[in-house]
Amino acid sequence: MSGKFFEEFSQDFSKNLWGAPQPLLQVEGLSKFYGARRGCADVSFDLWPGEVMGIVGESGSGKTTLLNCLAGHLAPDTGRVLFDTRAHGMQDTVTMSEPERRMLGRTDWAFVHQHASDGLRMNVSAGGNVGERLMAVGARNYGDIRERATDWLGRVEISGDRIDDRPTAFSGGMRQRLQIARNLVTGPRLVFMDEPTGGLDVSVQARLLDLLRGLVREMGLSAIIVTHDLAVVRLLADRLMVMKDGQVVENGLTDQVLDDPQHGYTQLLVSSVLQV
Amino acid sequence: MIQIENLSKTFTLHNQGGAEIPVLTGASFSVAPGDCVALTGPSGAGKSTLMRLIYGNYRAASGHIRIGQLDVAQAAPRQIIALRRETLGYVSQFLRVVPRVPTREVVAEPLLALGTPREEAIARAEALLARLNLPERLWSLSPTTFSGGEQQRVNIARGFVHAYPALLLDEPTASLDAGNREVVLSLVEEAKARGAAIIGIFHDEAARDRLCDRQVDVGVFTPARAA
Repeated sequence: MSGKFFEEFSQDFSKNLWGAPQPLLQVEGLSKFYGARRGCADVSFDLWPGEVMGIVGESGSGKTTLLNCLAGHLAPDTGRVLFDTRAHGMQDTVTMSEPERRMLGRTDWAFVHQHASDGLRMNVSAGGNVGERLMAVGARNYGDIRERATDWLGRVEISGDRIDDRPTAFSGGMRQRLQIARNLVTGPRLVFMDEPTGGLDVSVQARLLDLLRGLVREMGLSAIIVTHDLAVVRLLADRLMVMKDGQVVENGLTDQVLDDPQHGYTQLLVSSVLQV
Repeated sequence: MIQIENLSKTFTLHNQGGAEIPVLTGASFSVAPGDCVALTGPSGAGKSTLMRLIYGNYRAASGHIRIGQLDVAQAAPRQIIALRRETLGYVSQFLRVVPRVPTREVVAEPLLALGTPREEAIARAEALLARLNLPERLWSLSPTTFSGGEQQRVNIARGFVHAYPALLLDEPTASLDAGNREVVLSLVEEAKARGAAIIGIFHDEAARDRLCDRQVDVGVFTPARAA
């Protein structure tokens, strides 16, 4: 049952993954101000199905503000965020009604927080955390829900006998993997990630990166990943956007931006990374 | 298959007084299917820079890099990604992988990205690793801890696991023993025979003479340096 569910979704996406006729997400002139202070200004880009885009910049560069505007957590002051919805094609998610946007957040969109405790219900079992998102889109059969939850815990390498444990009893890496399972169980098409590997041990980071790469490829996911870790974007992202003071200073192919940065700020950022 | 036309590259170092370093100017040559062209010239002539430009790793200042239908110098990121997945392979001297991913997966990855069924991709990866004499007990380990020669062979396996119509080879026989060098040479010969257009840097002169139909002296494209 769960396997079939997954196959249907992955086939659905891989079919027109690379020959897609239009972007999945189109962002036009997006700005957000906090009073007189600039959060992010005049950001525009297209994200195509199957693409993973990284957003890097130092703290305060506006990358998290941008991510929150894209994901509907913050209302931008100007600009449009067009998403290719399954039912009605391109829709501006800034002007759509709150219930519609919330529905997107439960179905086609997923959001992986830096701190798993922000994305999980800490006093609900691991299985419950995954099952809750399924129930939010109408799943009702307890057996099915539990079966899918078990399947997803396996995918993120959490052993099935932990299904009834609460995330409070999990390590940081396990919590993050549980958060990913909870987000991906409904087969989203676009995943927003805010520092998904931040705060984890490097060995745990590597495992999570490997897992994310596999899932992105198998499910044909599009993703936007905010991080300050250039090594993470090199391994995960196809494209990279560099932000400074709320503005995009450079964007392009990830390895091109990192190996041949054109903007002075990007050159500084890349040359400041400590070598191991 | 590969056409380089009037290609130039300059690095601008914004944090070092905006210093401009011209490294390549007016590079032009082409490679037909089934041909292998060697880039020659002394160290610092810009051989690796030229390879990186062709792969889209460096951004061209001006000129064209046509691979099949696509001009890499003008292409959008997603077009270059598609080109690298389907058409253009690159065997670099360095192995960059996600830590802890087993060697057989590292090698199978280009096939998985193309949608090849998992079993078939793994089988082809293993066959190539065996041909390159990488001991089977290493296949389930991450290549990050391997010796230079072992990593080099993993890199080569990755570059040959899919039959790319165009290939860039950066010192493919460096740090290999005679037996493995021979395996690599025959892999390149097979790629030529199936019609791949190949550009390579070979300090191994015997390998260059055996594989390459022509040589392009990159020194000709090196801009005259102001004293």
